[in-house]
Amino acid sequence: MPALTESIALGRTRSATARKAPSRSLDTLFRTSSYAAALLVLLVLAGILGSILYGGWPAFREFGFGFLTSSAWNVGTEQYGALVAVIGTVASAFLALLIGVPVSLGIAVYLTQLCPGWARKPVAMTIELLAAVPSIIYGMWGLFVFAPLFARYIQIPVSNVVEGMPIVGTLFYARVPSGVGVFTAGIILAIMIVPFIASIARDMLDQIPTVLRESAYGIGCTTWEVVRHVLVPQASVSIIGAIMLGLGRALGETMAVTFVVGNANRLSASIFDPSSTIASRIANEFNEADGLQLNALMALGCILFVITFVVLIIARLLTRRVQAA
Amino acid sequence: MDASPTMTAAPRRRSGRVRQGRRIADRTLRVACTGATLVGALVLGSILVMLIVQGVRGFTPTLFTNPTPGPGSEGGGIANAILGSLVLTGIGIVIATPVGVMAGTFLAEYGRGSKLAALIRFLNDILLSAPSILIGLFVYTLMVRPMGTYSGWAGGVALAIIAVPVIVRTTEDMLRLVPGTLREAGAALGAPPSTVIINVTWRAASAGIVTGIILALARIAGETAPLLFTALNNNSWFSANLMGGVANLPVMIYQFALSPYPNWQGLAWAGALLITATILVLSIIARLVIKPQTSR
Repeated sequence: MPALTESIALGRTRSATARKAPSRSLDTLFRTSSYAAALLVLLVLAGILGSILYGGWPAFREFGFGFLTSSAWNVGTEQYGALVAVIGTVASAFLALLIGVPVSLGIAVYLTQLCPGWARKPVAMTIELLAAVPSIIYGMWGLFVFAPLFARYIQIPVSNVVEGMPIVGTLFYARVPSGVGVFTAGIILAIMIVPFIASIARDMLDQIPTVLRESAYGIGCTTWEVVRHVLVPQASVSIIGAIMLGLGRALGETMAVTFVVGNANRLSASIFDPSSTIASRIANEFNEADGLQLNALMALGCILFVITFVVLIIARLLTRRVQAA
Repeated sequence: MDASPTMTAAPRRRSGRVRQGRRIADRTLRVACTGATLVGALVLGSILVMLIVQGVRGFTPTLFTNPTPGPGSEGGGIANAILGSLVLTGIGIVIATPVGVMAGTFLAEYGRGSKLAALIRFLNDILLSAPSILIGLFVYTLMVRPMGTYSGWAGGVALAIIAVPVIVRTTEDMLRLVPGTLREAGAALGAPPSTVIINVTWRAASAGIVTGIILALARIAGETAPLLFTALNNNSWFSANLMGGVANLPVMIYQFALSPYPNWQGLAWAGALLITATILVLSIIARLVIKPQTSR
């Protein structure tokens, strides 16, 4: 060892000057390329916004503000409006939250509070694997497994009961009980966002100091009281962030929704009826579209961009603030 | 953190003096939470059972040797789609790996305190959950329309854009776990920053970085939406220049599953089983290596 260090020390004086120049330029090159790679992320985001704005501009110019409020989507007469798709997107994502949030919070509480230690890892892994399943597989599962069961055991009985009733009747009556529609899309989306919300919520619950929980249990609290009065207040902001993140995913999800939403351009008050979302309409029509229809689809993309990015920005701000604190 | 299972067991029994209402609320919570977890597990189970039952039926001797058949005809396989998916995913990951690792390195090493790095980190997190169909529209405008044709290159670029944020995030997280003393030791030997990063930091974090790349691979292998407008699909073997539609598993599954032909549907199920099995195996490998917090 001493001989080795000595030879390095001796050799250094000669090679240092010789090697310095190339290694410095290599150093600069490395630094610059890492800088460029990081800037590329910015460029891609700007490029996405720029390209759909550029593509959607003719449609915005043609229809103006009416594009947002019109429910027409007629290729023959070249009349396009975003209303049905926007409502479908928002409604399915809202239903997904309504169903998915309680389930994911339940899973998070189960994993952190109730699950026996040995089962924790496999159960958590199972839930996380749900996030790895490709969305097209969810679409197939929704269309071929879930929709027939849903139509037979829920849609038809419910439709029979509520037919003719005010409000409930319009909201839950299915004209054609095929199993596909906004509600089915909401359920599939709920399943898809559960693993995301659950795993973030679990991390947040895990971060709460154990001593808080222990003292609550120590004064005789039940699990419900610990969750309600200790854990939820501690983690609420970041859990809301996690929910927003799930919402962002649900709004932009394409393939699974395209399979189960029914792809009809119809404004219906019933959540059992088929409709469209922005993403499903783009996926369905883009390849056959040209001219104004293409522009209108791009304009739909702009609306989707704005909605999802606002939601995602809020989500990241909420989750970030807690991580920093 | 490990104390919770013993803790939860402690106040559970001897509920004789606990008020009825409190006990009911507690029971309800336990049942509801366990039920929610069971539902999650059941859905995953149901998806796997569906894929295995339907997919195994679609496994024919020619599945891995023949290209996809024409509409309504019998026989055929999905060999061209499998190969096409490998090529597209390969292009995607080959583009995304250097960009993602370098950008992650910038965020973790050079730009630690800078505002620009904070902005890029924030936007990268947003890009991580951005709707993939919008990325498809972007690449369509960027490449497909100027070139006048769908191409495998466009598909690969679209997949790369989806993979980059995943790699950036995991690379940065992993590099941050490397203790600063290691870097200081390298710098003290007179090594310039690039040498320290390449030979010390990257080497220390290599397992984590590779895991991030595997996770990105798992993420893009099943992506369908961005390929619809970029690589599209094709029923024949692709030519070497990748111009025109390139067959790939996800779009093949999408088109065949919704087709009226039983033969096509069988092939779609076989493809679905194949792709899901691959992705689940990839994610299990990645998750076994990496720490749970960073796998998201």
